[in-house]
Parts: sequence; C-alpha cells; structure tokens
Amino acid sequence: MFTSERGAARALLAGFVALGWVSCASGQSARVPEGPKLGVPVTEADAASWNISVGPDGAGLPPGKGTAATGAALYQAKCLACHGEKGAGKPSDQLVGGQGTLRDANAVRTVGSYWPYATTLFDYIRRAMPYVAPQSLTPDELYSLSAYILYLNGVIGENDEMNASTLPKVKMPNRDNFVSAYSEPKHPTR
Amino acid sequence: MTSDTQRHELEPVAGNGLLHRRLFLTQGAAAGAALLTARAAGAAPLDVPASMKTPGVPPSAYGERSPHEARVQRIAQSAAPSLGTGSSRTPLESLEGVITPSSLHFERHHNGVPDLDPATHQVLIHGLVERPLLFSIDALSRYPLVSRIQFLECAGNSAGNNAPEPPQQSAGGIHGLLSCSDWTGVPLAVLLDEAGLKPEGRWILAEGADAAGMSRSVPIAKALDDAILALYQNGERLRPSNGYPVRLFLPGYEGNMNVKWLRRIKVTAGPTMTKDETSKYSDLGLDGRSKLFTFPMDVKSVITSPSGGQKMQGPGLYQISGVAWSGFGKVRRVDVSADGGKTWTQAALTEPVLSKSLVRFRSPWRWSGGPSVLMSRAVDESGAVQPTRAALIAARGTNYRYHYNAIQSWKVSEAGEIGNVYV
Repeated sequence: MFTSERGAARALLAGFVALGWVSCASGQSARVPEGPKLGVPVTEADAASWNISVGPDGAGLPPGKGTAATGAALYQAKCLACHGEKGAGKPSDQLVGGQGTLRDANAVRTVGSYWPYATTLFDYIRRAMPYVAPQSLTPDELYSLSAYILYLNGVIGENDEMNASTLPKVKMPNRDNFVSAYSEPKHPTR
Repeated sequence: MTSDTQRHELEPVAGNGLLHRRLFLTQGAAAGAALLTARAAGAAPLDVPASMKTPGVPPSAYGERSPHEARVQRIAQSAAPSLGTGSSRTPLESLEGVITPSSLHFERHHNGVPDLDPATHQVLIHGLVERPLLFSIDALSRYPLVSRIQFLECAGNSAGNNAPEPPQQSAGGIHGLLSCSDWTGVPLAVLLDEAGLKPEGRWILAEGADAAGMSRSVPIAKALDDAILALYQNGERLRPSNGYPVRLFLPGYEGNMNVKWLRRIKVTAGPTMTKDETSKYSDLGLDGRSKLFTFPMDVKSVITSPSGGQKMQGPGLYQISGVAWSGFGKVRRVDVSADGGKTWTQAALTEPVLSKSLVRFRSPWRWSGGPSVLMSRAVDESGAVQPTRAALIAARGTNYRYHYNAIQSWKVSEAGEIGNVYV
C-alpha cells in the first residue's frame, strides 16, 4: 500500500515535470499568468520619435550625411570642452588613441582602440550628447561628428562620407577581439 | 545546556580565536560574562531619564530616522562638469540584516535623476511583436505583481581593489555599489505575451527616460524568466534615484542592465550593441580580447563588522558580521578566517537564505588583542567558490575592471585599527 502510494506520487510528479518541459518547449503562453491586457495599441509610425536606437547592422539610422571636415567645427563648439582637443580626453572620456595598448597594464579604451561598432557612436551621441543638451543634434550633425571621431582615430579618411549606408560598413579596428560570453539556454523558455 | 557543551563551544574552532558559529545561538550569556566590571563604590545613583518626565512628540505622516543616526550617509562621488554622472555607495559597515533602506540604496546615474510624472509616463513595447503597446503606470499597477527580496550590484563594484595598493576605505567605500531590497513589479513575460512576441525576437533593448537614454540589451530568455518591471521598493513606490516610477529588474544580473526610468522595450533579433554593453561593461582580459555579455554577478562576500576604518574596543568577544550573495542562486556556505586564510571555520547563515539575495552571516570571535587578518569566503549552490585576489588577478589581470569578486581581507592591528590589506 505504502509502496504503491509512493509510486503514484512519483508518477504524478513525473507528470508535472513532463508537463513543465513540454510547455517550455512548445511556447511561452502556457507558463505566463494572465494579465488584464491594458496595453494601448500604438503604431510603429507613431512611436518613431521614441525609436532612437541603432543596431550594428545600421537598422534605425536616419537619412542624412556628414564628413570629418564638417564635423571638426561642430566638435570645437559642442564637444571639446569635455573631451579635449581632438578627442584627447579630460575632463571626460578620451575618444582618440590608445590603439595597441589593450595588452598593457593600463589599457587605454577609446573609440579607436576599443569600440567594436561604429553604429554605437552614432546611437550614443544621438541619445546622450552633448551632455547638457542630449537629442538636440540633427542627423547631418550626428553623421559629421561620428565621421570626425572615426577620422581622428585613423579609421576613415577626412573626406569619407558617413551616412546610413556607409557607417554600418566601417570595420572598427578592435572588432574581432570581442567574444560573447552569453549562450542561449539549452531548454529555452520559448 | 550542559557545561561540557558550553566549554566545547568556547574552544576555538579555527586559528586566532574563531569560535563555533553556534555560540551566540546557544548561550551567549556565559561567554560574555567574563569581564564584568563593577561600578565604582560611591558612584551617583542612576538618573531617571528626562524622556520619562516629559511627553514625547506626536505621530508623523512620514518617518525620519533618529538625528543621532545622521552620520550614516551614502558615500557620493561625481565631478564637474558632468555632475549627474556619478555614484553613491551604500554604507555597508553601518547596516545590519539584509534589507538596504531605500534612502541608502546605492546610485549610479549617467546624466542625473529625471523628475518623472507617473500620470504621464508611459512604457512602450514594440519591435518584433505583433502589437506594439503603450502602458501607463496606472495600468501596470493593475497587473499581477510579484515580490522578491534580491540584491542589486553594479558590475564595477569593488574595482578599487584592482589597484596595486589597497585603498584605505570603509566596506561601503569599496563594496557599497551593492544593495538589497524587496522589489515588487509586473513580470515582463506577461507584457511581452500581451504584445505577442514574434519568433525571431531573441533580445530586447531596454531604454530609460533619463538624459542619457540609458540602454542595454537583454536576452529574451532572461526577459521571459524572472525579469520584472519594478514599481515598488521595500513596500513603497520606487525612489526617484532608483528609477521612479518604473525600472527593469533582472535578478542576479549586473546593475547597469536594470534600466531605471524605463520608457521603452524594443524586441530585436540581436543585441543592439549599445555604448554601455560594448565600450564600458565588457571585460578586457590579459590577451587583449574582451568578453561581451557577462551578465550574472559572481559569488561574493564581505565582512562588514569589524571592517575598514572601524576600531576594536579592546580584546574580548566580538561578532564577525557580513553579507554574501551570488547572481547564480543561493549562497550555500560562508567560511571565515581570523589568521589571513591559514585556517577557516563555517559562519552561521541567517535564515531565510534566498536566491540572488544578500544573506547575513555571523561568526563569534575572541580577539586576543594581537594582529589579525579577517577574511570571508562564500560558496554558492552552483559550487562556485569566491577566489582569492591573487588568483583572480592572475587569471584575468586588472584591465578586466568589472565583476571583481575576490575575497576581502581586513587587517586588525594591535592598536585595534582596521584597514584594507591584500593577502
């Protein structure tokens, strides 16, 4: 009697485990509690003003263009006070130089020596710079500043135009030295 | 209860005066009774306190701590011209238990704390979903809520101990980008389910409504597992410095990913490669290569009392007290040493031991008055053991910067002064 009860309990437990696994494998909906569904539908077009992120493939880059030549004057006016002459840094982050130092005791991590993607530069300047007036720059200004910093680092030429097509194609010098430590779980939740 | 048991537990169990962890649990009185000093003959009779002769102040609408505790402050750092970019650290050495008072929760901001109105703030979920949706704070507050007591630690916490010479700071000054709260919020999985995830959506981008537009990519597995949109911290609405009115909370993951003032979640096919996840919170190793996406915080512990900057009050019985945690689950064990790691004994863990939470550990110690080095070493349920500083730095150098989780050593001098030391 005792034995068969334990056997039944085990079978029940196994059933629960199997159910859990099957629902994991078949889709997330079975595991998610029901909510009151109060989200208000919005179109991607209406949300476009919030959609400021740019992926490494360039998705999200707006129309516009700029070169280092046009970026230099903008840099003097809007960036130099914090990032120094030609991106030398101080009081804020150094943007230029440091290439070849990443194995040294005190590696210098800059856009040129470290950053893996040029699109990140555009994305970050657009959302966060200048520090006192974020989201104030036009797309042409953003392409120009991105071009200027890439040029100072020797990544592109002074007259190379940066736009939605060319910026994602820029190969950053340190790109191949990044590896992802994340791997998706073996039994994903969906 | 027997005197044999008492004698047994008063015997050191490890070098330099460490006593059995059960001492305080079973019979602290006998152990503490040795050095009673009588009041001097002829001393004045005890005063009746004035507080018993005058009515106290009435109840108040919102509580304040005692003015006598005003010295307990966060340790704040930022520099001109970007004053909003900086941090303040939790004064771990002044706290007990595991809950960090919300006023003392650490801060790390990238362009200041925004002033958001919950009546107008909205959270957008869009990208690779069937139905882009907007959620008001009132709407989110009606969803099924979950509550968990969990730690939050900045990935850059304790990085000061990478320096060649040990920084002479308090426990909070070195390790105080660490706090623990009772977080309550809406499971992100419920909201993503409502929006209808497309199969190709494997990551999300979380973005804040601050002037830095703080943004981080999070794998969809984490978003669907235990991620919440937190609305409450220690029972009340979030503090502005912790993301009011809503923040992303990712149990066990590095602090930077727990985006405050959350305004947007975009479902994407891959990581967005934001400034913070590439140029900042990536781990540069000795070979010049860098690891991206090292999300969980590793097993770690620190003794908060006695600790750096404090002073011993003469030889005798003390309670070593500290906190331990792991982003991989529960802390299984904490060992303590009073002789610089030559011998160790197990500390008592305060129940309940929760997953991805701080746990308080305690251990009785009879200080002889001689030079001592106090250390703690945590082991988590995955079997990971907190490494020594030498082992950690040998393995990955000091450019690594983030995820520093080595054993902290506190040196106690004969004068009773306590400082940071590398062993």
